[in-house]
Amino acid sequence: MSVGVRRASAAGALALALVVFGLFPVVFTDPMATSIAVFTLIFMVATTAWNIFSGYSGYLALGHAVFFGSGGYTVALAARDWHVKGGWAVFALLPVGGLVAAAIAIPVGLVALRVRRHTFVVITIAIFFVFQLAAFNLGFTGGTSGILLPFAPFAAANYNQPFYYVALVILVLTVVLSWAVRRSRFGLQLLAIRDDEDRARGLGVKTWRVKLIAFVISAFPVGMVGGLYFYFLGQVFPQFAFDPLFDVSLALMGFLGGIGTLTGPLLGALVLESMQQYLTQSFSGTGTYLIAYGVMFLAVILLLPRGVVPTLAELLANRRARAAGGPDTTRDATVRGGVAGVAR
Amino acid sequence: MSGTALLQAIVDGILTGGVYALMAAGLTLIFGVMDIINIAQGVMVVLGAYLSYELSAHLGIGLLPGLLITVPAMFALGVALEFFFMRRLREQDRTGMSILITFAVAILIEGALSAIYGVDYVQLHSSYVDKSVYVLGFYLPYIYLIGFGLAVALLAGLYWMLYRTKFGRAVRASLQNRTAADLIGINVNRTRTISVGIGVAVTAVGGMVFGATNAFNPNSGYDLISRLLAIVILGGMGSIGGAMGAAILMLVVSDVVAVAWSPTWAPLVFFAALVIVLSIRPQGLFGSPAIRAQ
Repeated sequence: MSVGVRRASAAGALALALVVFGLFPVVFTDPMATSIAVFTLIFMVATTAWNIFSGYSGYLALGHAVFFGSGGYTVALAARDWHVKGGWAVFALLPVGGLVAAAIAIPVGLVALRVRRHTFVVITIAIFFVFQLAAFNLGFTGGTSGILLPFAPFAAANYNQPFYYVALVILVLTVVLSWAVRRSRFGLQLLAIRDDEDRARGLGVKTWRVKLIAFVISAFPVGMVGGLYFYFLGQVFPQFAFDPLFDVSLALMGFLGGIGTLTGPLLGALVLESMQQYLTQSFSGTGTYLIAYGVMFLAVILLLPRGVVPTLAELLANRRARAAGGPDTTRDATVRGGVAGVAR
Repeated sequence: MSGTALLQAIVDGILTGGVYALMAAGLTLIFGVMDIINIAQGVMVVLGAYLSYELSAHLGIGLLPGLLITVPAMFALGVALEFFFMRRLREQDRTGMSILITFAVAILIEGALSAIYGVDYVQLHSSYVDKSVYVLGFYLPYIYLIGFGLAVALLAGLYWMLYRTKFGRAVRASLQNRTAADLIGINVNRTRTISVGIGVAVTAVGGMVFGATNAFNPNSGYDLISRLLAIVILGGMGSIGGAMGAAILMLVVSDVVAVAWSPTWAPLVFFAALVIVLSIRPQGLFGSPAIRAQ
């Protein structure tokens, strides 16, 4: 396939996806379907944003619930203290939630990014627990009962639609952001850090600054959808806002789809979150749900450690190489670092 | 705050710190030989506590004799964990994958415990749990003394095994250089399996003492693992002595904070210490600089 044909088919797929997502709540008006769709879009945004940092830089962050929860609390507090009426006006507060999350990411990143690998992961988890503790115990967060958000006066029949379209707009912007980062010089620097941080620094990449900026960028959309999520629920509680399962969910969705790719996190979140929402709305009992989640998690890591998108891309490349009569070299060439270059 | 209350807090901190030292030593041993952080260590402690609960509440086996059953059971769990999951990780992305895999195991255990026991809090009871002894002006609950005694004995045993036996030398060799250990005829896979088994087995003891001194439910693992992670990082990853020192230091400090300020914010001490220490010494209090690259 020539580059032109490939580009045209990518544009076609993109247009088709936009039409499908745009028409979804018009075609499926069942509130259960649309609420699952809202949650799914929110997780697609969060996973894509998480991937901008963790996927491109290779630093596994397991504390993005900090930004999700901070966004939620910011929007709830802003709506309460500024007396914002329920309705579309609350959506205008979402960027504030994103900004606060990004601002929080600066000190968090300054501490966490001093270390690498395991220690980095553990530090992000530890910082997450600091925020959880604070949300439970600080005065202004309302403790265990949390804070109510204003009631949205949308018509009951189409109540979910405004949330859906706002989430879709944020998703499109986040994907554009991820794509732009990936194509930029800055994105190349991040990928260089993933492949070999010391060599990247030797080549003149200001690794520390690049990592911190990516961390802050990735916090912003997560804060925005955090606000949206809790506006949709109507209340923000500490156990939902700072949920360790949220942290691992993003990683799991990213790994299922293929981290470091543009479409992988979208696919992973689309499949897992819709399935998970369907399961929780159909079955009750946290125990069984956690067991199913754990099993699924292990299966993904053991059977598809590199994710769906890179695996598929490699299969496709192999077939193309074989059709062209060339030797099967793609496997070796794509094993390290090159994966993301093939899988788009 | 009176001087006695402060001293009592310090003594309590040392006694509970011993048990945390044991749990953290298991975590750091697994990290040392496998290069894997076992996120499930916290929920395994809770699992150990539930095993003791099951034995004492339903089968009438006391907490201490019950250890003869729970310790081998947890050892077997550790061996299975290494054999079925950790061994299958590929070398690339090992860091991320190993953390996710042990997190998945943690979720699985938490789910199984919630399905069986629900979310209600339980606590272990025994004749020696609620009594205390009065020594030199302090009230020392028996269970704290028993827990501390067990922890010290087991840590001494662990130390002896690692530094005085042939198996311990094999463990340390595989820890330093896998290929070289292979070359001189050490069965690295078996050494690793047994080490993970031992690292997990200590959670049975930790769980018994934890369950007798705290009310717990299937969610309690998160609180524990966050403390244990803070301890092993403070002590320097992979350093067993460091983990012990950091455990006692942190428990004393947080108990003093609980008395002097407020019990609610005592856990914050762990994380605050972690952040401050890492800002100054990224390799931890007792770690070597090479750890920084990790």
